[in-house]
Amino acid sequence: MNLFQEAALIAGKDLRIERRARVVSQQILPFGLIVLLLFAFALDPDRGVLRRVAPGLFWVTVLLATLLAISRSFGIESENAARDGLRLSGLDGSAVFLGKAAALALELLVFEALLTFGVVVLFDVHLAALVPLCLATAAATVGLAATGTLYGVLAAGIRARETLVPVLMLPVVAPVLLGATRAWESSIDGPTSDAWPWVAMLGVFAVLFVGIGMLAFGPLLEES
Amino acid sequence: MPLVVRLRSAVCLLGRFPALAGVDLDVATGEVVLLSGGNGAGKTTLLRVLAGLVPLHDGEAEVLGVDLTRDRRSHRPRLSFVGQEAFAYDDLSVRENVRFAARISGRTDADADAVIDELELAGLADVRHGRLSTGQRRRLGLAAGLVRRPELLLLDEPHAGLDAPGRAFLDGVLGSAGREGTSVVIASHELDLVRPVASREASLVNGQGGGTLTGSPDGSAAGEVRS
Repeated sequence: MNLFQEAALIAGKDLRIERRARVVSQQILPFGLIVLLLFAFALDPDRGVLRRVAPGLFWVTVLLATLLAISRSFGIESENAARDGLRLSGLDGSAVFLGKAAALALELLVFEALLTFGVVVLFDVHLAALVPLCLATAAATVGLAATGTLYGVLAAGIRARETLVPVLMLPVVAPVLLGATRAWESSIDGPTSDAWPWVAMLGVFAVLFVGIGMLAFGPLLEES
Repeated sequence: MPLVVRLRSAVCLLGRFPALAGVDLDVATGEVVLLSGGNGAGKTTLLRVLAGLVPLHDGEAEVLGVDLTRDRRSHRPRLSFVGQEAFAYDDLSVRENVRFAARISGRTDADADAVIDELELAGLADVRHGRLSTGQRRRLGLAAGLVRRPELLLLDEPHAGLDAPGRAFLDGVLGSAGREGTSVVIASHELDLVRPVASREASLVNGQGGGTLTGSPDGSAAGEVRS
């Protein structure tokens, strides 16, 4: 098997488990919608304010959901010592990283698509420029999934991993929150051309963390 | 007979606690070696060292021709470790778990289905691991280990939780291992069950083996321990 076949095996396994357990659809998605509603109650019933801050609220919600999805992704490897099974398999650490990150990214994309619908309906947002918006979303999602998978395995063997991952990860993904929010703002209200530098920045972040993850995941899995 | 395991003065620390404090062990091709010893003696740790899951702090260790002080990974595809956990996913069925174990080891779905039949798990093939009883989980763990067709089989308390047919199947596996050239190291408290099929027995006391362990695949059930 080559690297991508091995990654596809891991991603397929994670997605099959998610399809059975429905944690994203039955727990993380409702969580995201509740967060949106709470923001709406807390800020102002005036839709003008909500429309202005919608990109930031959307990406903060995605970030919180990402933390839950990471916990789930590595929680299944802790059940029945499955992580030892992965280590014993002899699979390339880079392939395991790519597979787990790809599955996480796909789950987040589904979550984001449904959350976008919620933002449009609840906050009366009009998505004007779809191309930069979709590219920014894709790049930000890959960046979040790669970073989350990396920090997930880093904390996998630690008892306090649920609280440690946010502390470690949130400062690192601050550029993703900033870039994705700005790209969305430009795609909704501002001139579309303002979105492209942010899309490029998100792309660089994603490539950087996919690269770091492919190099570091194997040794971190060994020590977890 | 070539050695598949060669440990000399192996020391393994778990934190600062010496889980293994100078163990010598040789296992030849096709041998079935019983590891005995009380709770906390280091049997599971020794199996994990052989699997490359925990590092050696000191001493020498060569498994399947690989020096574990330099490389703890490259021998893993050639061995199976059936631990007290099944290394399985609760939300996958028996068939999916065994097929996953087969695929990541370069085996086919047909190999997985054959092992499922052999272990009489066909009736449970579509049941999720999370819904299996303890004994059924042990069978699944054994199936996932055997589907890899290992050269070295590491078993940790393999009889625990198994019913009579499961134990009979396990005894069959152990009995045929030597003929097929598979070496087996079994950590067990159920000495009466394992001794009849073991080539020899090695005792661990507080993380220390009883000297250099010798014996041959066709030797007596309880092997010789030379201090």
